[in-house]
Amino acid sequence: MVRKLPRKDVVIIGLGWTGSIMAYELADAGLDVIAIERGPWRNTATDYPPGYAADELRYRIRHELFLSPSQTTFTFRNKMSQTALPIRSWGAFMPPNGVGGGGVHWNAETWRFLPSDFVLKTHLTERYGASFLPEDMTIQDWGVTYDELEPHYDRFEYLCGTSGQAGNIKGTIMEGGNPFEGPRSRPYPNPPQDQPFSHTLFGKAARDLGYKPFPQPSGNMSRPYQNPLGVRLGPCTYCGFCEWFGCGNYSKASPQTTILPVLVRKPNFSARDNSEVVRIDLDSSGKRAAGVTFVDAAGEEWEQPADLVVLSAYTIFNVQLLLLSGIGKAYDPAANTGVIGRNFTHQTTSDVVSFFDPAKFVFNPFIASGAIGMCIDEFNGDNFDHGPHGFVGGGYVGQVQTNGRPIETTPVPEGTPLWGAQWKKAVKENYQSALKPGTGVHGSMYSYRDVYVDLDPTYKDRFNRPLARITMDFHDNEIKQNKFLTDKFAEIFQAMGAKHVQKEYRKAPYDITKYQTTHLCGGAIMGSDPNTSALNRYLQSWDVPNLFVMGASAFPQNAGYNPTGTVAALAYWAADAIRSKYLKNPGQLINA
Amino acid sequence: MFLSRTKKGAISFRPVITFNRWMTGRPAPTKAKIGLRNRPALGSLADSSLDMPMRRRTFLVSLATWLVGTTSLTRARMIHGHAPWSPYPNSAPELVRPGPWQFFTLDEARAMEAIVDRIIPPDPETPGGKDAGCAVFIDRQLKGPYGASQNLYTLGPFTKGTKEQGPQSELTPGELYRKGLAALNKHCTSTHGGKSFVELSPTEQDDVLRKIEAGEIKFEGVDAQGFFSALLKDVPEGFFSDPIHGGNRDMVGWKMIGFPGIRYDYRDWVSRHNERYPLPPVSIAGRSDWTPAKS
Ligand SMILES: Cc1cc2nc3c(=O)[nH]c(=O)nc-3n(C[C@H](O)[C@H](O)[C@H](O)COP(=O)(O)OP(=O)(O)OC[C@H]3O[C@@H](n4cnc5c(N)ncnc54)[C@H](O)[C@@H]3O)c2cc1C
Ligand code: SF4
Repeated sequence: MVRKLPRKDVVIIGLGWTGSIMAYELADAGLDVIAIERGPWRNTATDYPPGYAADELRYRIRHELFLSPSQTTFTFRNKMSQTALPIRSWGAFMPPNGVGGGGVHWNAETWRFLPSDFVLKTHLTERYGASFLPEDMTIQDWGVTYDELEPHYDRFEYLCGTSGQAGNIKGTIMEGGNPFEGPRSRPYPNPPQDQPFSHTLFGKAARDLGYKPFPQPSGNMSRPYQNPLGVRLGPCTYCGFCEWFGCGNYSKASPQTTILPVLVRKPNFSARDNSEVVRIDLDSSGKRAAGVTFVDAAGEEWEQPADLVVLSAYTIFNVQLLLLSGIGKAYDPAANTGVIGRNFTHQTTSDVVSFFDPAKFVFNPFIASGAIGMCIDEFNGDNFDHGPHGFVGGGYVGQVQTNGRPIETTPVPEGTPLWGAQWKKAVKENYQSALKPGTGVHGSMYSYRDVYVDLDPTYKDRFNRPLARITMDFHDNEIKQNKFLTDKFAEIFQAMGAKHVQKEYRKAPYDITKYQTTHLCGGAIMGSDPNTSALNRYLQSWDVPNLFVMGASAFPQNAGYNPTGTVAALAYWAADAIRSKYLKNPGQLINA
Repeated sequence: MFLSRTKKGAISFRPVITFNRWMTGRPAPTKAKIGLRNRPALGSLADSSLDMPMRRRTFLVSLATWLVGTTSLTRARMIHGHAPWSPYPNSAPELVRPGPWQFFTLDEARAMEAIVDRIIPPDPETPGGKDAGCAVFIDRQLKGPYGASQNLYTLGPFTKGTKEQGPQSELTPGELYRKGLAALNKHCTSTHGGKSFVELSPTEQDDVLRKIEAGEIKFEGVDAQGFFSALLKDVPEGFFSDPIHGGNRDMVGWKMIGFPGIRYDYRDWVSRHNERYPLPPVSIAGRSDWTPAKS
């Protein structure tokens, strides 16, 4: 027997970054809001205090803050002709779990996408002609523009206290910032973080080569900060235990350090932890969400009715819940019909590890933060002429010193034995003088007809529901793009005086065992045509108008940046549309 | 009517017990007995000591694998009006103490100590894997959730896939080590005139390991190269992880490379370029010279 709870105005599925933003905005509008979160409540002071937060084995290697695959996982295959098999332990990406979501353990690299990224198909077709694009590439415009999102990017950066140097304020190019970025209405709230030795070397070498290096926008505080909600963050101590870890120092922007302390005090907000939503319920018409069904930690099933449902469970869980709830038409790659699961993408990253003379260079790699970096953007998006190169897309490259944690970061030159005396000697010799950038080459992945998510026919989760199945491979366009970027990146390290530069290109087939990023995108994309998108430009479901779907699942394709700045801007944009348009007239905001 | 603005108070839930600590390297609770041999069968909650409601629900049966064997108690909560807080709810790390082997038999432990000393050999400046405690580290890890694949997806069917699809073995790390060590011993005694791995000279031991690595030695019933890959992952983890987990004894791994451990605040050093950070390492458990041994 399912037990029914009292009706709420709004139910939010997942209390991560977007869930927290939406909960705050809708509670602020006076609605009665409940958030239902699969994982536990997480608290800076008690869950990861500085005294033991810095435990590489526990958090980085054993993934303690992440979803346990025993709870749920996905199946994976490269090609539609293969049988997908379960991801038994995490590799290529690492799904968050618990209040705060990925915001607890992200790096906090806080980027905006380029204006051209939002009108990608139109832009590339106009510049290069339609025939320049690979035939099976399914990129689309977003239905929203950079200018529309700018105020919302700005809000998120001020919420987070982002540290950075503006490159373009209202059209004026600023010295020391990223000259390629879209115009911003005002500077970052905080100056850039202090840069370690390797960053200043990278900056100098890049400038000598004619590039315009700038500090990566970082959600690690360069100084004490109080955000517009009145929540205070402390200065980052460059502890080097940032991504994969919670910041015990209240220095990294997360829902816990920016929104939740205020949200949780609102009388019209409540949350339920350790409770997993298993379905979005529809009413008898099939065209309205009635609420959600969730299962608590004891296996008890509950129904939470609500007038408005916000799905903010992270990219692939969003897609899975839509499929399991029968909302929207499932994508069929053979017939090229349906929208749920379509245009799934990830990121195209690679490494350049460089070795310097230990007698001359000491980098102290452990003095680091999740998002500290010195980057160039010359090769991102369409910032350069792709005509001669035969591919589209790009990414930023940068020296991003995120950690010197010794299980993960003890690089040795290629050819060194993997164990024994020689290995030990090489580890010792190179630790202080090798550079292994945390992000390195961070490139786009565009969408293709045969890269998608659907439900697995064989493997089930602990509730006996089908796992989501990922079919994904790298295509030639991305392989070419990565080779180009990796070579350019390596030239900069060479110019810094490295004695040996090791290029680790990203190659096909896509490998689910190697960590790349947790920037999964697409699958429930936004757009202006319900035949090719699941959501309209306000992230409202075309099929169920009282359902809004947050997160990078809305990206029609991925750009060469980290997603969260854009994910958060879209959440503010959607919240604004709900507050200013939907509440007055609850129904479809766009007539298709 | 859209959006009733009634305010509802917190709904109280019958307390139920569940577990949310997936991933610590600490040993499984003794009551749940997640040993290698006595892993509860799927769906069997019968002999676990969990305080589960007796009424079985649709989802309950398949929940069994998820619930059994995790290590701390938390229940689903309603959060309203304030952030829930309780002092350090189960999340402090546990210190691994020296003592009897917990996973390995005595013979297995001797073989492991020999192996870890070949993977990371001692040299005049730095101890090898054995004195750094790598075998103890692996012993405690195998006894804990890691050894039983407790947090991994372990439902079948099991099919060997492509390399890109990742490991699909039915064996847990605990089973892999048990079988791998037995097979190694069998191989050595049959090829080296009855001598076990520990009785071989270091050069002979290296030679055996190198051949396993290269795929030239195959084991019966267990993937020899897979076993060696596990060693290559686990031994350095024991050498470099925080000493509270039983390896990296006296922070020897960290001292070797100049890693200062969990020193937390480098604001005064970030702008001091190309200067070696001067302070010795600190672990979660502090430093031995802060807590001098009793005389
Ligand atoms: C190690 C790491 C580093 C990262 N670094 C960066 C970075 O530097 N820059 C950047 O831009 N991005 C980064 N990211 C990505 C970033 O974390 C995500 O983009 C962001 O958190 C997405 O926000 P979201 O609200 O969509 O999802 P999340 O923050 O993941 O929140 C989703 C929440 O929903 C919950 N949930 C899921 N399913 C259900 C269900 N069925 N019922 C109830 N609750 C559910 C989850 O437990 C989770 O709490 C990183 C991610 C990881 C893992
Ligand atoms: S590097 Fe800075 S922001 Fe990151 S965990 Fe350490 S103190 Fe916090």
